[in-house]
Amino acid sequence: MIRRWTVLSLLAVLAALALAGLPFVGMERIPFAALWRQGDAIDVTILWKHRLPRVIMAFLAGSGLAAGGLAFQAVFRNPLAEPFTLGVASGAALGAAVYIHLQLPFSLLWISGSSWFAFAGALLAVALVYGMTRARQGFSTATMLLAGVAVSFCFSSLILLMQYLSDFTQSFVMLRWVMGGLNTVVGFGEVLTVLPLVLIGTIVVLYLTHELNLVTTGEELAISRGVAVNRTKALLFVAVSLMVGGIVSVCGPIGFVGLIVPHICRFLVGPDHRFLTPAALLCGAILLSLCDTLARTLMAPAELPVGILTALLGGPFFLWLLVRRAPLGDAVV
Amino acid sequence: MAPHFPETVLDIRDFSFRLGGKEILRNVSFSVLRGEFLSIVGPNGAGKTTLMKCIDRLLVGGVGRIEVFGRPLESYRQKDLARRISYVPQADGRVIPFTVRQFVLMGRYPYLNPFSSVDREGRRAVEDALQMTGAAEFAERRLDTLSGGERQKVYIAAALAQGADILLLDEPTTFLDYRHQADIRDLLSRINQQGGTTIVCVTHDVNRAALDSDRIVALCGGRVAFIGSPAEIMNADALQRLFQTPFLLTPHPQAAIPVIVPGPPQGRGR
Repeated sequence: MIRRWTVLSLLAVLAALALAGLPFVGMERIPFAALWRQGDAIDVTILWKHRLPRVIMAFLAGSGLAAGGLAFQAVFRNPLAEPFTLGVASGAALGAAVYIHLQLPFSLLWISGSSWFAFAGALLAVALVYGMTRARQGFSTATMLLAGVAVSFCFSSLILLMQYLSDFTQSFVMLRWVMGGLNTVVGFGEVLTVLPLVLIGTIVVLYLTHELNLVTTGEELAISRGVAVNRTKALLFVAVSLMVGGIVSVCGPIGFVGLIVPHICRFLVGPDHRFLTPAALLCGAILLSLCDTLARTLMAPAELPVGILTALLGGPFFLWLLVRRAPLGDAVV
Repeated sequence: MAPHFPETVLDIRDFSFRLGGKEILRNVSFSVLRGEFLSIVGPNGAGKTTLMKCIDRLLVGGVGRIEVFGRPLESYRQKDLARRISYVPQADGRVIPFTVRQFVLMGRYPYLNPFSSVDREGRRAVEDALQMTGAAEFAERRLDTLSGGERQKVYIAAALAQGADILLLDEPTTFLDYRHQADIRDLLSRINQQGGTTIVCVTHDVNRAALDSDRIVALCGGRVAFIGSPAEIMNADALQRLFQTPFLLTPHPQAAIPVIVPGPPQGRGR
């Protein structure tokens, strides 16, 4: 108990340090005074228009992807589930690509059109993968991964088709964006569209921590304890799709954050989602903001897409999880 | 003193259930009285487990009526149903990452609100359940490090912590050794006698059912083939009709009813 609170406080301190410190890291040295200076001096512009929004965006995306991965791992009772492996990210990407191709600038309820399309694509992917895994009785890793891969492939080729059908500018926009990165974040506009979606998703996941714990022990036990399992799953799928859709529509598909972070946090605070969820939110924010800072400084002045960096971290981790005995409710492989 | 009418806590009327086009249960009718220990026996594939799952709404659908405390099953919210009925599934080897105490604490879910944790009364119920089942000895161990018998005790402890009036158990002793079988049997008897909890227990061990229960329901091919007392079912003809195989019965040295003894295989005299 004490250990878990200590870990959570430490993570909170680290997150605060990252939020305060990372905007000042980069090729251009920026004095702290730029924080309270007015005007459009170059350092003030870099700080307020680029670095600060970007770090905040990395916080939102990292937290959201981690919380999404955590929820999926519990519901699928599978340690390899996350938005990326389940094809949810590619679903969202497809939705956004369709939006770019159709050139329908609209927004509804503060939320941009690309977020709505990405949400629809994400929800479609969850429904497909969940349905396929479900149809085969139980949630075997093999079926889930195959379904996820199949859905990803389908959606990726549809994205390619969209690119093929689009003109040069559109297809360049899509290509760069499919690599995953936060370089498109300029000013607080994107942050403000994604913020409500990540908030909704996070609140739903936090609201359902007891249910997530019970679902981890098995669906029948959860129902018998009084969990309305179908309602819980529907709520989670919609909320996480909304959140991931929003994130992907701005940052592109950033893989593996949702996979790595829940496992690190399980190691740090144990399996209880009441501690695991806040830990994952903090840890996701820290990890992605660090990765993004690396992505924009490693090859400066050029910039690595952060999706490539997280995939380089996450790929080996994924393989390690696959060969090692699964720690979470993975009875059938 | 007013005459005592036993209260019906569970009433099943003309209940049929299909799964994948196959009729698993057919016109099942029986009721369970408050404080009763009722066993459901029958050959493999008779629909025993399906019936349990229908009663706890792990499977939904079916034709007919199931009433819990006089109210139709469909009218319950899942949490309210969990305060009435708790279910102990067949123990399996699934990986559960929690410690025994964490797992039993989750039995208090029907009394929890989001963002809250188990109150003092709930914690007391959990400690009582751990003590009563003997799971307190290994309360801090992870569930997936336990033996089958210990695991079964933990499942029962969690169902007890849930504080429901009716406890459903599916083959609670099937894969256990003699000592753990005896432990679980005594435990269930205490839960029933001291706690006043109504017990509905599925088993294919007719001896066990006859010695433990007040009444026995036998399912055969999805139908109710027998309802009655242990003395009535312990009859070679009745048993042969139910299980389609001959039985040898012998008087029990301590109990008032005969029990089944295994016969030697055919063609091997003695």
